[in-house]
Amino acid sequence: MSQEENALVVKEDPALLEIDFHGDMLIGRAAEIEAQLKKFQGKKHRSAMAIVDLSKVTSADTVGAWLIYKTVKDIKKYVAKVHVRGASPDVESLLLQIEENDQPFVPPPPRLNAVLTQLEDVGLATVRIVTEMGKFLGFMGLVTTRLAGAFKDPKRIRIVPLVYQMEHVGLKALSIIGLMSFLIGAVIVNQGAIQLRQFGAEVFVVDMLAITQLRELGVLLTAIMVAGRSGSAFTAQIGSMRANEEIEAIETIGMHPIDVLVIPRLLALVLVLPILVFYADIMGLLGGALTAWITLDISPGAFVQRFQEAVVVSTFMVGLIKAPFFAAVIALSGCFEGMSVSGSAESVGRHTTRSVVQSIFLVIVLDAFFAMFFTALDW
Amino acid sequence: MEKSKIDNSDKDDNPVVEVRGLVTRFGMNTVHDNLDIKMRRGEILGVVGGSGTGKSVLLKAILGIIKPAAGKIDIWGQDQAELSSNELICERRRLGVLFQDGALFSSLSVAGNVQVPLREHFNMSQQLMDEISAIKISMAGLPPDAAPKIPASLSGGMRKRAGLARALALDPQILFLDEPTAGLDPIGAAAFDQLILKLRDTLDLSVFLVTHDLDTLYTICDRVAVLAEGKVIATKPVHELEKLDHSWVKEYFRGPRSRLAKEG
Repeated sequence: MSQEENALVVKEDPALLEIDFHGDMLIGRAAEIEAQLKKFQGKKHRSAMAIVDLSKVTSADTVGAWLIYKTVKDIKKYVAKVHVRGASPDVESLLLQIEENDQPFVPPPPRLNAVLTQLEDVGLATVRIVTEMGKFLGFMGLVTTRLAGAFKDPKRIRIVPLVYQMEHVGLKALSIIGLMSFLIGAVIVNQGAIQLRQFGAEVFVVDMLAITQLRELGVLLTAIMVAGRSGSAFTAQIGSMRANEEIEAIETIGMHPIDVLVIPRLLALVLVLPILVFYADIMGLLGGALTAWITLDISPGAFVQRFQEAVVVSTFMVGLIKAPFFAAVIALSGCFEGMSVSGSAESVGRHTTRSVVQSIFLVIVLDAFFAMFFTALDW
Repeated sequence: MEKSKIDNSDKDDNPVVEVRGLVTRFGMNTVHDNLDIKMRRGEILGVVGGSGTGKSVLLKAILGIIKPAAGKIDIWGQDQAELSSNELICERRRLGVLFQDGALFSSLSVAGNVQVPLREHFNMSQQLMDEISAIKISMAGLPPDAAPKIPASLSGGMRKRAGLARALALDPQILFLDEPTAGLDPIGAAAFDQLILKLRDTLDLSVFLVTHDLDTLYTICDRVAVLAEGKVIATKPVHELEKLDHSWVKEYFRGPRSRLAKEG
């Protein structure tokens, strides 16, 4: 490496330590200068005097000035007399700036070791889940009492927001839920037929489709879709209002936030989800019937005949009865998480995720209970 | 020392930022209509205007965050529209920006925030980055123990200072400040003004400062540009601006709050 390329030229003998800095002391060269300084830093200097020459420094920024300053500071530990010479006015004022702002770096507190951190996380999560459950139960209680009160005093039910929510939760979800159910119905028939063909019992795909769609899939998938679509929206809407202090504003104006924000959403979802489920059932059956007609040559007439033999009213009702319960769970977790948002926008995102996970989980748990319940009733 | 460099009035020939014929639109709404503004080297240029006159939009247009509908934006004589996206990223390293509420990355500590540009663009050791971030944090007027804190645990004034420390990380030559004193108490605001003045003098910065704060205009701005009707209607030192015959300017500079600022 030639002399010009070196940022640092060091001459050391017992009498004199001489350090010349060369060229641009800029941030772009910082890594290179640092590497050259490293070789030199570890040593204990025993010279009587040191001279740091900056006359060949063409330009400097704060990073370069810091490296010069640090070198000088380092040498001063071992060498009594240190002269810095040849600094241009610009470099000089930068060095003064650095000296003024030389403060120790305070590192973040060290982490506990991995095992302890895991244990800590488990503990924290347990406490959080238990307190969250308590708060959620409290929230359900609060909403129930407000709702019961609203039936006594119907003026408290706000019709305009209710209708608005019904439009957004129900009407605007029709296309996506219709498409989803139609495709699911088609897939059930398609896959079912492959299995049933082995027994020559292809016509029983109609039973299979009707029972899975009406009892389970129609309501479950619709609820999951609504949880992802509307539950998250509830959390985000209420959460950003919370972050923006709008909830506090509602309270100070003398309205109850539960009445204004939660009850319209809850009622809208409870009213609308059964309708959506009914619609999803029809679309699913349509999708299945069409696939059966095209791929299995089961004519619509044969499909309907087989359908009537396979299904009784209770098959359909089992699915539909679950809808309002799922709706309540979705709306309550969505609104609860929204109300739990604190301060920042980041918190809105975290609670939205939590609301969707929580409502889908609760819907599936509830569905399992319903399955046991209906089996016991022999429906 | 730096003052002498600034006073030259013929600096207009060689501005650091020059905007000519800027037009910006959002849908049907025209924000700037044929706007011109020049910023000289080493000056603190205040930009004022009523709400909705596009002060922040102007700042974002100069930074290249918003694409203008028409007009030319030169920084150091370089037309920004001619730069490729890679060159633009390179250019931006020479600009420091402080957004209104600091815009700190919320998942990183203050020191981590300051180190983001260092880590992204250069290959230095963690130790050097730690040391540099400590200096920048100190330059922005924060104590050393602010370094490991996360932004959520800082007060509004400290967040702005931390944002300033990040803006200073790469030794910018132009500093853009969007309402740096908004939301600070008068003592904090005055201290922030002095900090900007000191940084300009010691680091040889040019400062583009969007503000509402009359005290800031009177105490630190060399010149003030007034935005109204989609244009810059005047760029003058604040004392000359007071005499301007324009309804908004009159109201602004002769209102009750302005009298207090002048007396102060």
